[in-house]
Amino acid sequence: MAQTTRFILNGKPVAVETEGARPLLWVLRGDLEHTGTKYGCGEGICGTCTVLIEGEAQRACVVPVADVAGKRVTTIEGLSQGGTLHPVQQAFVEHGAIQCGYCTPGMVLTAVALLERNPNPSEAQIRSALEANLCRCGTHQRVVAAVRAAARKLRAAS
Amino acid sequence: MRYEEYLAEEFRDPGLPSASAATGDPAATEPGGPAPAGVTRRDFLAALGAGIFVLFHWDDLAAAPGRGRGNEEAIDWNAFLRIAPDGRVTVFSGKVELGQGIHTSLAQTVAEELDLPLDAIEMVMGDTDLCPWDAGTFGSLTTRFHAPLLRTASAEARGILVQLAAEQWNLPPASLRVKEGRVFVAANPSRSLTYGRLARGRRIVRRLEPKPQPEDPGRYTLVGTSPVRRDAVAKVTGAAKYTGDIRLPGMLYARILRPPAHGARLVRADLSAVRGLPGIHVVEEDGLVAVLAEQPDRAGAALAQVKAEFTPGATEPGEQEIYDHLVRTAGEGRVAAEGGDLAAGTRASVEVFEQSYYNAYVAHAAMEPHTALVRIDGRRVTVWASTQRPFGCKEEVAQALGLPAENVRVLTPFVGGGFGGKSYNLQAVQAARLAKATGRPVQVAWTREDEFFYDTFRPAAVVQIRSGLDSDGRIVLWDYTVYNAGERGAPHFYTIPHHRTRGTSGRSPLPTGAWRAPGNNTNTFAREQQIDLMAARAGVDPVEFRLRHLAADAPVRRCLEVAARLFGYQPAKPPSRRGYGVALGTDAGTWVAHLAEVAVDRQTGKVQVKRVVCAQDMGRAINPEGARMQMEGCITMGLGYALGEEVRFQGGEVRTRSFAEYPLPRFSDLPRIETLLVNPTEGAPQGGGEPAIICMGAVIANAIFDATGARLYHLPMTPERVLEALSKTEA
Repeated sequence: MAQTTRFILNGKPVAVETEGARPLLWVLRGDLEHTGTKYGCGEGICGTCTVLIEGEAQRACVVPVADVAGKRVTTIEGLSQGGTLHPVQQAFVEHGAIQCGYCTPGMVLTAVALLERNPNPSEAQIRSALEANLCRCGTHQRVVAAVRAAARKLRAAS
Repeated sequence: MRYEEYLAEEFRDPGLPSASAATGDPAATEPGGPAPAGVTRRDFLAALGAGIFVLFHWDDLAAAPGRGRGNEEAIDWNAFLRIAPDGRVTVFSGKVELGQGIHTSLAQTVAEELDLPLDAIEMVMGDTDLCPWDAGTFGSLTTRFHAPLLRTASAEARGILVQLAAEQWNLPPASLRVKEGRVFVAANPSRSLTYGRLARGRRIVRRLEPKPQPEDPGRYTLVGTSPVRRDAVAKVTGAAKYTGDIRLPGMLYARILRPPAHGARLVRADLSAVRGLPGIHVVEEDGLVAVLAEQPDRAGAALAQVKAEFTPGATEPGEQEIYDHLVRTAGEGRVAAEGGDLAAGTRASVEVFEQSYYNAYVAHAAMEPHTALVRIDGRRVTVWASTQRPFGCKEEVAQALGLPAENVRVLTPFVGGGFGGKSYNLQAVQAARLAKATGRPVQVAWTREDEFFYDTFRPAAVVQIRSGLDSDGRIVLWDYTVYNAGERGAPHFYTIPHHRTRGTSGRSPLPTGAWRAPGNNTNTFAREQQIDLMAARAGVDPVEFRLRHLAADAPVRRCLEVAARLFGYQPAKPPSRRGYGVALGTDAGTWVAHLAEVAVDRQTGKVQVKRVVCAQDMGRAINPEGARMQMEGCITMGLGYALGEEVRFQGGEVRTRSFAEYPLPRFSDLPRIETLLVNPTEGAPQGGGEPAIICMGAVIANAIFDATGARLYHLPMTPERVLEALSKTEA
């Protein structure tokens, strides 16, 4: 049954009229026209649909939209501030940690969540945090380098 | 008008039903109906009006592979590039951006010849109405064959600009130069005209003729540098549009009923549970059954309620019997290369080595599934597709709809990975049929399960080699047969007096197609292990053994020497127990040498690749950092087919359906990767998207041997196969 779900999407309140059991992914991409969040597998394995829910990296394809009622949801569209890239985004650009770009939103958001809870991760911790994000192009080495660089920049700024 | 603005204008169509209004049975838009008013599809070029255009001609493609496939009416009026009165340059390329970085490197090529900043170049790619015909984006062809065309077209445009300025000033063209978007008088640089000023009020159309000399590579300032990827910011902000992100008023999302097995045919579909559901549309037509809705998840949920009966597909062979089956069903094949006399080689051999090599079916598994969106307006059809072959897609859709190809236009947004898998366009054909049946724009986006089923896999393959060493430890015999992989990379490049290379194919129960460096992964896996096992038997270090069998001027020799130095390699008698491997190969005109270090867990059979060094000679690198990204991507992707990826199947039934059953390489698998370009400012540019993947099977297999003394002849080298090989070695 359709119901109204209200949550904060990229800092702005939104309300959607839809069944609460529908996956957040499709509500974001369809009802809310936020297509930066991508479908990759639909079963929470590949990480391309990663979004931040209350700052935690979650798989939007397996989260019912009703579960985010009243919560803060950040998608890739909401990461840059006033045209300025987030340091993680900037580091991905500078390190060439991008090829086809389809897994990139999920990678970036997973890295942002990691650096929020651990501003000074070791390389092993970076790899471990990103372990469940798949990339077929093989950007892994540059992604690790980008996350390290972003961590340095964020620490320097704080 | 910028291309994006033009697209937004053209496809904002108020004539279509809105998403909320269209719930019932929409009136089908039959081909033959009236074309809607509004912007016509060639208005963009018409709207361009003034400017300087350099056109394409079919003859210019004479050297390009792929000519003759597809549209024979490819003598068209489309331009390679246009210089607008505001000085901006638009490049029209039938190639597409799959992640390989040509959106940047092709723009660099043009900007270099015209001496313009990179951001003065706009790329229009994969639009079949606006771009010159192209066979497709595969085979590492872009930099080798397409970039030179753009380079010549740019040189032609530069020549026109100089000519125009010469006429205006009444000076000889040789007295003029170009710099930063201006033509100036060499003796008086303050006297200058911008390209825009020269193009203003004119419409100059020139057919491409390779007259003007392209710039001397020694004077390059932009080619050979590594500016930030032009698509990077769009891709980190979510602004980059892929096919699945395109929205049209009134569009429906389809989910396709998939057969349980290849070869299975639909007997009966019971659609009663979903017919009449609000917002659900059902199509059943000539074996195509689909459920459509205004949200893809609704269509998916409804499809799950459809019951269907299919004829059984083939049940044999399965993944165990496949290799015998391929050899048994193969014909004579053909000889790809030969020299000397095999009988003489056999007689000269003091030891003959006979070995078979195997590899499993491998999936492309691009992160973006195949997606297409089709809109039909009267007799005009527009297709957005994630495809490596926009012009092939155009033909396939036209054929499916029974329309002339000229009625179909394909647009290619960013593609989320291809690797050869997006060469066929079944998803676009499905979307076209459903758009015709429903009268609405229809998106087909395959699910991950669809993707594993409909994929055109890298073929399961067998290689049989009979080789021989003479009493001096030199290779004197090489008799090589490859089944089903294809001949790319099959001919060896060593100094061997008596040799023959044959390629043939048996019947594959699963559909197969090109997979990053098709054939070459299989062939290099087999060849480089066979070389290695002979080196071991001869008691010679495998790097030294290879150097002994390479001509003094072989380009791969330099790659091997450079890679060995970077690795810090010290020769040793194999197996040295250090876990070091080496492999060489060539693909797309490029040479590669890999060295790797592995650790093998003897308890679990798990192989951890700790380090990979790759030296690559690809001629002149247009964008060296972009080239290195491709090398790293190849090496990382190659870990997958080497160590874990295998499509499970029985007959026509694909049993691998999920990433849970198909282990793509992950961060924990990542070795330290070091890449080096050999002589990157010398020679014509060669392919870069594929070569560095071809050695990954062999370099790891050879490193496993070096670590343990055990040989792995079967890809992927899973822990089970490693344990089996170890047990044989220890027995």
